[in-house]
Amino acid sequence: MSWRWFHQWGSPRWFYERAGRWQLVCGWLALILLVVGSLWGLGFAPVDYQQGNSYRIIYLHVPVAFLAQAMYAAMAVCAVVLFVWKMKLADVAMQAIAVTGLAFTVLSLVSGAVWGKPTWGTYWVWDARLTSMLILGFLYLGLIGLRAAIQDPDQAGKACGILVLVGVVNLPIIKYSVEWWNTLHQPASLKLTEKPTMPASMWMPLLVNILGYYIAAAYLVLGSMRAIVIGRERRASWVKELVGRA
Amino acid sequence: MNPKRKQRMLIILGLVSGLGVAVGLVMYALSQNINLFFTPTQIATGQAPSAQLIRVGGMVADGTVDRDPQSLKVAFDVTDFDHQVRVTYEGILPDLFREGQGVVVQGRINQGQFVASEVLAKHDENYMPPEVTEALRQSGKLDQMKGGQQQ
Repeated sequence: MSWRWFHQWGSPRWFYERAGRWQLVCGWLALILLVVGSLWGLGFAPVDYQQGNSYRIIYLHVPVAFLAQAMYAAMAVCAVVLFVWKMKLADVAMQAIAVTGLAFTVLSLVSGAVWGKPTWGTYWVWDARLTSMLILGFLYLGLIGLRAAIQDPDQAGKACGILVLVGVVNLPIIKYSVEWWNTLHQPASLKLTEKPTMPASMWMPLLVNILGYYIAAAYLVLGSMRAIVIGRERRASWVKELVGRA
Repeated sequence: MNPKRKQRMLIILGLVSGLGVAVGLVMYALSQNINLFFTPTQIATGQAPSAQLIRVGGMVADGTVDRDPQSLKVAFDVTDFDHQVRVTYEGILPDLFREGQGVVVQGRINQGQFVASEVLAKHDENYMPPEVTEALRQSGKLDQMKGGQQQ
C-alpha cells in the first residue's frame, strides 16, 4: 500500500493551498445546513408534550456538546500522529482544535444551563455528566495555557500531546456518565446503535444541525490551521513569496 | 509502518490503557460519591446517612401529592416502585413537577420523613409531540413505554 496520501500532509505548503479551497466549500455547506436545520428545528418541528418549546434548545445543545467531545478525540488522533510519525502539521491541528474545542465546550455548558433552569429547576448541579463536561473545558483551557507557557514550539507540541493523551480518559467517562451513575441529566436520545427516542419530525432537523456544526467546526479549524502554518513557516521561501505577492 | 513507529504506537497504547485502568479503578472506588442521589430502596435499607444533607431520586408516586392551600408547603411520596419516601417541601416547584415525574430532592431525613430544601425535576430522553402522547395514552401504551425506561 502506498502511504503517499498520508505523507503529503507533512508538507505545510501542500496543506496551506488545499485547505484554502476546502475551507471555502466547508463554509458554504455549513451555512446552508445550519440555516436549514435551525429554521426547521426552531420553527417547524413539533413541540414536546412535556417541555413545550423549551426543548428546542436541543438543536443547539446536542450538536455543540457532540462537537466538544469529537474535537477532543480528533486532537488525540493528532497527538498520536505527532508522536508516531513526527508530523508537524498534527501539532498545528492540535493548537487550532484546542481553541475551537474550548468554544464548543463553553457553548454546550451555557446552553445546558439555560435549558436546565426551566426544565430541572436549576442552572447547575454537580452530577457526573455536567462535572465531566466541565473537566473537559478545563482540559482545553489547560492545553491553551500550557502551549502559551512554553516558548519552543516543538517542546510545547510534545507537552500538549502528552496532556491530550492523558485527558482522553475523560471521553468515555462523559459518554457513559449517565449510565454508570445516578445523574440528573437524562441518557442519550441519539445513539448509533439504536432508534432515536423521538419522532423523525424532531430528529431530522437535529441531524441536519449536527452535520452543519461538524462542517462549521472543520471550517473554523482549517482557517486557524492556515494562520498557524503561515506563522510557523514565516522563514520559508514559499511564505515570503506569498506575502510578497499580496 | 516501520518498526520504530510501531514501537512508539505500542508505547502510547500501553500508557493510555494503563491510565484508563487506573482512573477506572478510582472511579469504581468513588462511585458512591459520584452518584448524584440515593434511591428510596437505599434509604429504606439504611444505606443512606441520616442527619446529613443528601439527595433522593425517584418518581413522584401517583395520588400522593398534598398541597397546603394556605402556603407553599407540599408533601409527596418519592418511589422507585419498591420503596417509598415521604418528602415535605416548602417553596416553588419546577414547572415539570407532577405526579409520575422523575424528581431529585435534596434535604435531610428527619423522623422518617425527608425534609427537602430543593426539588429538581428530572426528565427522560423521550421527546414527542403532544398528539402522539395523547394517542399513546388512549391506547394505554404510554405507561408501558415509561415503565420500560425505569431501571
